[in-house]
Amino acid sequence: MNDKVIICEELTKRFGDFIAVNHISFDVRKGEIFGFLGANGAGKTTAMRILCGLSFPTSGKATVAGFDVYKQQESIKKNIGYMSQKFSLYENLTVVENIEFFGGVYGLSSAEIRRRSDRLVNKLGLTQEARKLVRSLPLGWKQKLAFSVAIFHDPQIVFLDEPTGGVDPITRRQFWDMIYEAAATGITVFVTTHYMDEAEYCNRITVMVDGKVEALDTPGNLKARYQAASMDEVFYQLARGAKRSAD
Amino acid sequence: MSVLRFILKKEFRQIFRDKTILAMMLVMPTVQLIILPLAMNFDVKNVNLAVVDNDHSTWSQQLIHKIGSSGYFRIVAAAPSFRQALEYIEREQADVVLEIPPGFERNLVREGEQHVGVSVDAINGTKAALGGSYLMAVIADFNRHIRLNERGKKAPGMGVNINITYSNWYNPLAEYRFYVVPAVMVLLLTLIAGFLSALNIVREKEMGTIEQINVTPIKKWQFILGKLIPFWIMGLVVFTLALTVEWVVYGIWPVGSFVLLYLFAAVYLVAMLGFGLLVSTYTDNQLQAMFVAFFFVMIFMLMSGLFTAVDSMPGWAQDIAFLTPVTHFVKVVRMVVLKGSGFADVQREFLFLVIFAVVLNSWAIWNYRKTS
Repeated sequence: MNDKVIICEELTKRFGDFIAVNHISFDVRKGEIFGFLGANGAGKTTAMRILCGLSFPTSGKATVAGFDVYKQQESIKKNIGYMSQKFSLYENLTVVENIEFFGGVYGLSSAEIRRRSDRLVNKLGLTQEARKLVRSLPLGWKQKLAFSVAIFHDPQIVFLDEPTGGVDPITRRQFWDMIYEAAATGITVFVTTHYMDEAEYCNRITVMVDGKVEALDTPGNLKARYQAASMDEVFYQLARGAKRSAD
Repeated sequence: MSVLRFILKKEFRQIFRDKTILAMMLVMPTVQLIILPLAMNFDVKNVNLAVVDNDHSTWSQQLIHKIGSSGYFRIVAAAPSFRQALEYIEREQADVVLEIPPGFERNLVREGEQHVGVSVDAINGTKAALGGSYLMAVIADFNRHIRLNERGKKAPGMGVNINITYSNWYNPLAEYRFYVVPAVMVLLLTLIAGFLSALNIVREKEMGTIEQINVTPIKKWQFILGKLIPFWIMGLVVFTLALTVEWVVYGIWPVGSFVLLYLFAAVYLVAMLGFGLLVSTYTDNQLQAMFVAFFFVMIFMLMSGLFTAVDSMPGWAQDIAFLTPVTHFVKVVRMVVLKGSGFADVQREFLFLVIFAVVLNSWAIWNYRKTS
């Protein structure tokens, strides 16, 4: 029908008196790397959880991959991959066992899983570690593995919630190479971050402040509009007025 | 179906990787079955008795001798006064004081009647109550013999005695272990099913892995079955182990059918696993889950008739007992193991367990939310 894979209109989420997400509207095009920026507590994760079908919105409309976030969460889930802020592969399973489990849950056949899993382990350079428990891997590798598992079943969209938190700069760079590679195969990437250098890697970015979308454009246009040399400055100008303190 | 297969594979891998839990599952039944029945012995022996004999007559000596030879009492002191005898109780050296007043023999002969004083330390309720009543029984017996000797010829009417001959059915020697061992088996299954399932799911919540599950198209019943089946199988393994220990150590071989026992164990496990799942859907971390599960399991255990007879509880307590799955299972295990009851005898209990299984699991599935 169209090339918009995520459409959000006036989406709102309240927790009692607190409005975590306040009437946000935006849409995401197919194959794009869409950055979601904001300070801690700006409502990024809450918005993402709604789009992933993990949380009910209070009001507003949204569709993901053509499915409604109120009623068709399970259909959404078939078409997306998700990597949460907190590492959430099974620490007491091996690399290969984690891959097998998540592949299986998305309905891939054993043969298909084996083929893709071998390729993935090779690509990640984890041949030696394939039979080791995930617990024993360094954080950078864990994050790369978590991302690979999130796109293992070829979803239309992958949601990444601060995927590079606590990761060293080199690994972060490699991680973004992987994101580009995934986007090149047609997967839409929806990523939250508060590293401003990463924001520069996105096709378009949204800046959230206190639950509202304050700006949405390409990094270049935003810099031009706010007469800033870097995204850091853009973000600082926008987020300066934030009322919510960082958590 | 294949999704479920992947889930089961993962669950079993995790269970077998956790050596502590695995060892506990195997060690717990063996050790508990060996230790608990020996410790949970309600037969009261060795009641410590302090005697105050103010009469020093032939009859008072006879009475003391009779009590001492009954096998239930150990005469720890012969105190000169009640006050001194009471000190033995205060020092916890005696449980019961028997006071024989002066003129005991004379009054019995002349008046045909005499009171004796029995004082019991009621801190240990069971021992006190049983010790007291044993003592009464011995004295009553003594009493009867005196009356017979005294008046046997003169007044036959007075000497009429009803002798009760009784036998303990299904547990001929009234041995406590026959009563306790089947109950400990129930205890084991309850712990395994109730706690492990609750903690397992809550651990996924704590680790954050449940979110990764919730964002997949996994069906709720697939996830729940994936958690249920492995523990159900482990439960049946433990049950088998328990039956083996029971036979090897205590020589108890179920009189009734094994098929019936396993059928009940299978349904009971589903019910208790459902309970564990339900707890896990209402709690956020292992501490909460442990606390909530413990609260209920304690009530289940103490009210189930595992330790005390449900029939002798007050009416409202019987109603509560009725509402715990443990009560029905304990009853059936005892009936089948000791008495050899068939399915017809335990139909009602079967129905209750099925209802518990269905209700608890449906409730758990209903309350488990993939989208909050």
